[in-house]
Amino acid sequence: MYTEKVMDHFENPRNVGEIENPDGVGQVGNPTCGDIMKIYLKVNDDNVIEDVKFKTFGCGAAIATSSMVTEMVKGKTLDEALKISNKAVADALGGLPPKKMHCSNLAADALQAAIEDYMSKKGKK
Amino acid sequence: MRKVYFDHSATTPVRPEVVDEVCTSLKENFGNPTSLHYFGRQVRKDVEAAREKVAAAIGAIPNEIVFTSGGTESDNMAIHGVAMSNKNKGNHIITSAVEHHAVMNTVKALGKEGFTITILPVDKYGMVSVNDVVAAITDKTILITIMHANNEVGTIMPIQEIAKLAYARGIFMHTDAVQSFGKIPVNVNELGVDLLTISAHKIYGPKGVGALYIRKGTRWKQSLFHGGAQERLRRAGTENVPGITGLGKAAELAMADLPKETEYLKTLRDRLIRQVTTKIDRVKLTGHPDKRLPNHASFTFEFIEGESMLLSLDMKGIAASSGSACTSGSLEPSHVLLAMGIPHEIAHGSIRITLGRDNTMEDIDYFLEVMPPIVDRLRAMSPLDQETEFASNGGCDACKSSGSCKS
Repeated sequence: MYTEKVMDHFENPRNVGEIENPDGVGQVGNPTCGDIMKIYLKVNDDNVIEDVKFKTFGCGAAIATSSMVTEMVKGKTLDEALKISNKAVADALGGLPPKKMHCSNLAADALQAAIEDYMSKKGKK
Repeated sequence: MRKVYFDHSATTPVRPEVVDEVCTSLKENFGNPTSLHYFGRQVRKDVEAAREKVAAAIGAIPNEIVFTSGGTESDNMAIHGVAMSNKNKGNHIITSAVEHHAVMNTVKALGKEGFTITILPVDKYGMVSVNDVVAAITDKTILITIMHANNEVGTIMPIQEIAKLAYARGIFMHTDAVQSFGKIPVNVNELGVDLLTISAHKIYGPKGVGALYIRKGTRWKQSLFHGGAQERLRRAGTENVPGITGLGKAAELAMADLPKETEYLKTLRDRLIRQVTTKIDRVKLTGHPDKRLPNHASFTFEFIEGESMLLSLDMKGIAASSGSACTSGSLEPSHVLLAMGIPHEIAHGSIRITLGRDNTMEDIDYFLEVMPPIVDRLRAMSPLDQETEFASNGGCDACKSSGSCKS
């Protein structure tokens, strides 16, 4: 049902955890639906994502997409990161089963929420 | 890698004796049982021998057994047939909130065809209350259909008492015994039911074959299948002879092994339940603690999701199942767990372990060895606040509105 790449990211997820004093935090989903993704960002003065971590409650696809998005954005500028779509994350994993495309493929949304959080905090400074 | 099959409520491995029976039928007895000639007569004998075995296994007479394509067809046929044959008497059907979809969706479909439906709630153990049944009965009630044992949580329903009520009021009683048959005694006279569903592949038989018991004198007619006069006009279509002989053999073997196997499975199950609930924090047994199938253990693990657990177990060679949304193909977790008052977020973290005759105590120990680190790993990944989230609302507040919970 899942590609090898999905299983690899599920079994050995990259960048799991939290960042202390993050520059941005984004969370999407809710426990009622069975998926929550939370992404933490550390952004440097050049608007480059220096570090990124995630925590996810959800199925294999939810965990794998979270892991994949962190791998895709590390070292990228915020502008580059904002261009990443949920579909791009799924494609990078070699695809997801059709029924997972909607419910569990929210990692890019969580990333965008984290970037927006960073922007709004920065704007307030 | 060690392979452990813990999903016997989904399906069971076919027993070698059953395989032999099916192969003999396929290889040597290809005739059509309806045919008058030698080839047909030989096969007719096999079909009738299988019917006798199935009848004997549930305390019926052979004429009361109709072979079908499985549990779903038997449920559809039973419910629809009673509804259509008793329309002039009434239009009310009673069922429970935790039925298999084969019953639930058949009843709901009738709800769109002018029948009135009562879906009884269950208590926190997934049990229907007899008092709720009494309260639901009207002078228009023609059928009560409630499962013998629940597939997701293993709870055994008070069918005998409900059937007694139904009988006293001239209401027909159907029970889906797909999960209970072969695991606990299922006797149509002791249960007092008019119609009863069984399936072969849950009792180490082949897939695609089952039976419907229809008590003699029950006002029922075939209302779904149009065709030939097979099964004494009760089920059109050439008989699935290899399947039917396989079902007969599987039923015979199940009956011979039942007392011994029940005790054996209980020993495994009880150790599993005791150890899981003591070794791992924030785990709850779902379903009734005592009135449950001897091979059935089901749990909810807080803060983590069922499919992730299944994938992790699968990587360790353990096959189990879950009532989480991700495994059902919809966005909703199991309707059974929700009906029991279990919140969505906890229902997503459900795991079902259903044991079978080939499982050993070593399998249980293996599970107990691999499960705690899986739970730890997934919980470490979970963003849910494990101090405050999912604060249980406990006790009877959790159950919806079953009569047994109001007292």
